[in-house]
Amino acid sequence: MELISLGVRSIFIDNMIFAYFLGMCSYLAVSKKVPTALGLGLAVVFVLTTTVPLNWIIINYLLKPGALSWISPAFAEVDLSFLSFIVFIAVIAGFVQLTEMVVEKFAPALYGALGIFLPLIAVNCSILGAALFMQGRPYNFIEATVYGFSSGIGWMIAIVALAAIREKLRYSNVPKPLRGLGITFILVGLMSLGFLSFMGITL
Amino acid sequence: MSTQTETAVKVQSAEPLFSKKNRKLLVDPLDSNNPITVQVLGICSALAVTVQVKPAFVMSLGVIFVASFSSLFISLLRNTIPTRIRIIVQLAVVASWVVIVDQVLKAYVYDVSKQLSVFVGLIITNCIIMGRLEAFALGNKPWPSFLDGIGNGIGYGVILIIVAFFRELLGSGSVFGIKLLGADSLTGIPYQGNGLMMLPAGACIVIGLLIWAQRARNGYSEDH
Repeated sequence: MELISLGVRSIFIDNMIFAYFLGMCSYLAVSKKVPTALGLGLAVVFVLTTTVPLNWIIINYLLKPGALSWISPAFAEVDLSFLSFIVFIAVIAGFVQLTEMVVEKFAPALYGALGIFLPLIAVNCSILGAALFMQGRPYNFIEATVYGFSSGIGWMIAIVALAAIREKLRYSNVPKPLRGLGITFILVGLMSLGFLSFMGITL
Repeated sequence: MSTQTETAVKVQSAEPLFSKKNRKLLVDPLDSNNPITVQVLGICSALAVTVQVKPAFVMSLGVIFVASFSSLFISLLRNTIPTRIRIIVQLAVVASWVVIVDQVLKAYVYDVSKQLSVFVGLIITNCIIMGRLEAFALGNKPWPSFLDGIGNGIGYGVILIIVAFFRELLGSGSVFGIKLLGADSLTGIPYQGNGLMMLPAGACIVIGLLIWAQRARNGYSEDH
């Protein structure tokens, strides 16, 4: 039950885009057509679901103060948490590269659909952001996995919704200097207001 | 032939530190090639840390520092980095500088560092830095790259501070934490804070309007 509540909260209330603006760059750049937006969204869901638990293991067994005590009690006072940025980004970049190679080798069709987005994802702020948020919250392994998965779903919903609106927007007469980036920002602002209505929902 | 190239090299190295070309690198990102409003890089943090001017200011300093020094170092290393693994190398260099910024902030301005929370760490994936490394530092000499980093950092900071100024002024009637509007303030003008500006949505709308104003001025427009 708590897991469902956590999932709903990370999808709607703590939405990566509308509450924290993470992953905005690719969000704005790749949201012109629904199918490509869906492809990128799926890739983000996949990478978040795998890297958040992976980073959880690394924090709890390598970096946290006293985390190394499983090797020998002598390491009980070692605190490596200042290394977390470098380790997180290395894990994410390495994992993305690995996934790209595996997908290319074993599922060429999927690679055609997702492959081009995978390198983009290494520098998508929402991936590193989720890892850093997870570090600051007392999640256990299962909760970390659910958190990663549902944050990804939230991101995917946001990008698909924006892409759908932008497809329709092509037929409307927007003032010239506002076209493109300007109106998209205002749209995201209004969508974010809409998502505020989910606040206060508790399961 | 060899003497010719030698003189060419000499002429190039004799170029003054702030030649016209180099000044352009520094000034262009402020307006016509602004990283946020024109290149569309580094939006995430621009929206998230702009509720008040002070964290926006600290964040800009951090980005200027990281952008300039990572550009410098990547440019120094540019001939030794294998192309296949360049992203990881770039991330490692950037992450090292961000760790330094993070530790310094934690040591000297702890409250701001708490306010910025994960966004200091997210400088690593700030697209401005990676974008400039890919687009400029990998193909240019160290000094121009350093200037390019500073220029883009400042261009980013300017937008950040403008957005933060409006959000703080309209949202809570103060600037840099000094009350300017409202009953108990310096001016005494009655003012009710606008809650929309404190929300993330406010940032989006302010930045959208800012882009509108900038593009109306310099005549740039894109089709849908």
